Amino acid sequence: MTRQKRSRHRLKRTVAPYLYLSPSLVIIGLLMLLPMVTVISYSFQNSAVLRRDSSFAGLKHYQAIFADPVFWASLWHTLYFTCMSVIFHMTIGMIFALMLNSDRINPTLRNILRVLYILPWLFTAVIIAVIWRLLLEPNGVVNSILMQLGIIGSKIEWFSSPETALHAVTFANIWAGYPLFMVSLLAGLQGIPKDFYEAADIDGAKAYQKLIFITIPQLMPIIISISLLDFIWTMQVFPLIWITTGGGPIYSTEVLSTYTYKLAFSSYNLSQASASAVVILLISLGLTLFYIRYQKAR
Amino acid sequence: MTFRIKPAMLKMAAAAWLLGATSAMADTTLEFTQWWEPELPAGSLRKIMDEFEAANPGIKVTLVSGPYAATRDQISVGAATGTLSDVVGLDGAWVNNLNAQNALADMNPMMDASGFDKAQVADIIKVDGKAVMFPVASFVYPVFVNLDLAAQAGVTKLPSTRAEFLEAAKKMTHADKNQYGWVLPLSMQSPSGVQNDMMSWVWASGQSMMADGKPALEGKPVVDMLTFVKSLNDAGTISPGIATKTEQEKVEEFVNDRVGMMIDSLAHVNLIRKRNPKLNFDLIPVPIVEGYTGKRGLPYASWGIGISAGSKHQEEAWKLVQYLMSEKVNAKLVSLANAFPGNVNAKPDFVTSDKAFGKAFEIFKTGYLANEFTGLPVAEDLMTQFDVEAQKMLAGEQSPEQAAANAQKGWTAKF
Repeated sequence: MTRQKRSRHRLKRTVAPYLYLSPSLVIIGLLMLLPMVTVISYSFQNSAVLRRDSSFAGLKHYQAIFADPVFWASLWHTLYFTCMSVIFHMTIGMIFALMLNSDRINPTLRNILRVLYILPWLFTAVIIAVIWRLLLEPNGVVNSILMQLGIIGSKIEWFSSPETALHAVTFANIWAGYPLFMVSLLAGLQGIPKDFYEAADIDGAKAYQKLIFITIPQLMPIIISISLLDFIWTMQVFPLIWITTGGGPIYSTEVLSTYTYKLAFSSYNLSQASASAVVILLISLGLTLFYIRYQKAR
Repeated sequence: MTFRIKPAMLKMAAAAWLLGATSAMADTTLEFTQWWEPELPAGSLRKIMDEFEAANPGIKVTLVSGPYAATRDQISVGAATGTLSDVVGLDGAWVNNLNAQNALADMNPMMDASGFDKAQVADIIKVDGKAVMFPVASFVYPVFVNLDLAAQAGVTKLPSTRAEFLEAAKKMTHADKNQYGWVLPLSMQSPSGVQNDMMSWVWASGQSMMADGKPALEGKPVVDMLTFVKSLNDAGTISPGIATKTEQEKVEEFVNDRVGMMIDSLAHVNLIRKRNPKLNFDLIPVPIVEGYTGKRGLPYASWGIGISAGSKHQEEAWKLVQYLMSEKVNAKLVSLANAFPGNVNAKPDFVTSDKAFGKAFEIFKTGYLANEFTGLPVAEDLMTQFDVEAQKMLAGEQSPEQAAANAQKGWTAKF
C-alpha cells in the first residue's frame, strides 16, 4: 500500500464516525443549540426581538432581574416547590412500590392498586390543574369533607390565599408526579435477588432492618438518578402553576417559569425574559452536570 | 445522447411565463392577520372577503387566522422582523407597543386623501397623533343581573348607583347556600378583571384613571372605586376565590345561580343562554356614583383594525379597511359577531330580533365607549401590577389609598 493510499484510508477512518453522527448533530444543533445560543444573545441585547436595531446591553438585564424582589421570591418558591415535590414523590413512590411488591397483598387487589396508583401519570398537566382547582375551590369537595369531619371550621381558599397557595400547588404536583418513582422503584425491587432477604431471615433481621440494609442500598442508584431527573423536570414546571394560580395570589406561587413568561408576554420585555431563562438554564445545567458525573462514576 | 430544446418549446415556456407574470402584476394580494375568523360562524369572514374582492377587481385577500393569543405573538414578532401582514386585527392593548416599533401606518393621510367621513366611526385610536386603529366591532361590558335571585332577595329595583348596588349585593348574598351578590375575577393568569370588573366602575361615572396622558391612580376616582370594591368584599358579598378566579369561572358561577350580579361581555349572552336556558337575567349599565348625571362610559373590548407601516400595498389595504368600516358591511360583520358596530350608522340585525341585545344597544347609544387601557404601554403588565395591589388590599394588607399609591408608583415607571 502506497503512502498516499494509507493516508487516505486514515482520513476516511477519522471522518467516517462524524459522517454517521452528522444527521443527529445537525438536528441537535438546529433544535437545541441554535435556540439556546439565540436566547443567550438576546439576554445581552436591548429590546431584543422587538426592535431590529437592538443594541448591546451588557449585563444590564441580569442586574435588573437580580434587583427585582419578585425574582428572588420566584427562586425561593421554585426551590420549595421542587424540593418538596422530589422528597414526597420519592417517599410516596417508595411506599407504593413496596406495597405492590409485597407478597402479603392479594394478587387481584395488587393489580387493582397498580392501575389506581398509576392513574395520575395518565393525565396531562392541564387536566390535573383543572381537577385540583375543582377539588380545592372554596365550595369544593375537599373543604366539604374537612368541614364534615370537623377538621376545619370555615372554608379555606386553598389556591386564592397567600398562606396556602404554594402548599396547594405543591400538593397537586406531588400527586401528579409520584408514579414515575413508583414504577422505577418497583422495577428495581423486582431485580433485587431473593437470596439477600433469605440470608437476612436466617440471620434474624427484622423488616425495617431489611429495608435499611438491603432494599434501600440496592435501590440507591435508581433513587439518585430519578431524583436528579425529577429535580430538573420539576424546576421547569409551568402549566400546572399557570392554570391553577397564574403565579398569584400576590406572587405567592410565582416560580421562575411563570416569572419568565410574564416578562416575555405580559411586559414584552424579551431581553429580561431571556436573562431569566438563562438563569434557569444555568441551574438546570449544574444539575445535569451533577447527574452526568454521577452516571459516569457508576 | 444529446438533448435539444426545440424553438417551439422555448416559445411556449416564454408565453406561459409572460401570462403568469402579467396576471401576478394585475392582482395585488393582501394578507390580513386576525383572530376573528375562528370566532365567527365558519366561512363567514371569507365570504365578506370574497364580496370585497368582487367589488375591488385586482385585489385578493389572504386570511391568516389563529386564536387570539397566537395572533398577538405572531403580530409582535411580525412587527419586529418587518414581516407584519398588510392589514392586521388589533387589540387596543397592543397598539402602543406596535407604534413604538413603527409597525403601524398612520391612517390620517389615507382618510384625507379618500375623503373618508370620520364622523361615521365610533372611535379612532390615536398614538402620538397617528391614527393607528379603528374599532371594527365592540363588545361592551354591562352588568348581568340574575332576576330570580334578585326577586328572592327582595331587590325590586335594579341598582343604578354604587350604594344601591352594594345594598342589592348584600341582599342577594347567602354564604351558607354558596350564593353571593357579586363576582370579581382577579386571576393573575389573565388580569383583564382589572379593566373589565374594576376600572369599569370609574369609567361608568365619566371619570378617568389618567390625567394629561399619565396615570392618576391616587386621584379620587380610583381610590373611591377601590374603597367601594373593598366595602363589597368586607360585606362578604363577593364570591370567594377572587385572587385566582378567571373570567370563564365568573361566567360559570353566574350561569349556575351562584352569583346575583356580574360585569361581563355582551358577547357571552348566547353562551349563558346555551349553558342555562332557564336562567332569567337582565342587563343594566354599570352603576354610577351618587349624583352623577352625565353620559356613562361603557367599558368595552374591541376587534380593531390597522395597516402595516411596512406594507407595499397600503392603498389597497386602506380600501379593505374602508370596506369593513362601511355601514352595511360593518352591520353584517357585527351581526355575525354579536358585537356593536364600529360605524355609528350601522345597525346590527340582532338588536331588533333579541330583547337583551336591544336593551344593551340602547345603553350603548346613550353612553360612550370607554377603555383607557387602549393605547397604553404594556397594558397587560399595568393590569397585573394593579391586580397585585388590589389583591393585597382585599387580603387586608393595605388600605385603598396605599393600593392606589403603590400601583401609581409601578405604573409611572412604565410611562
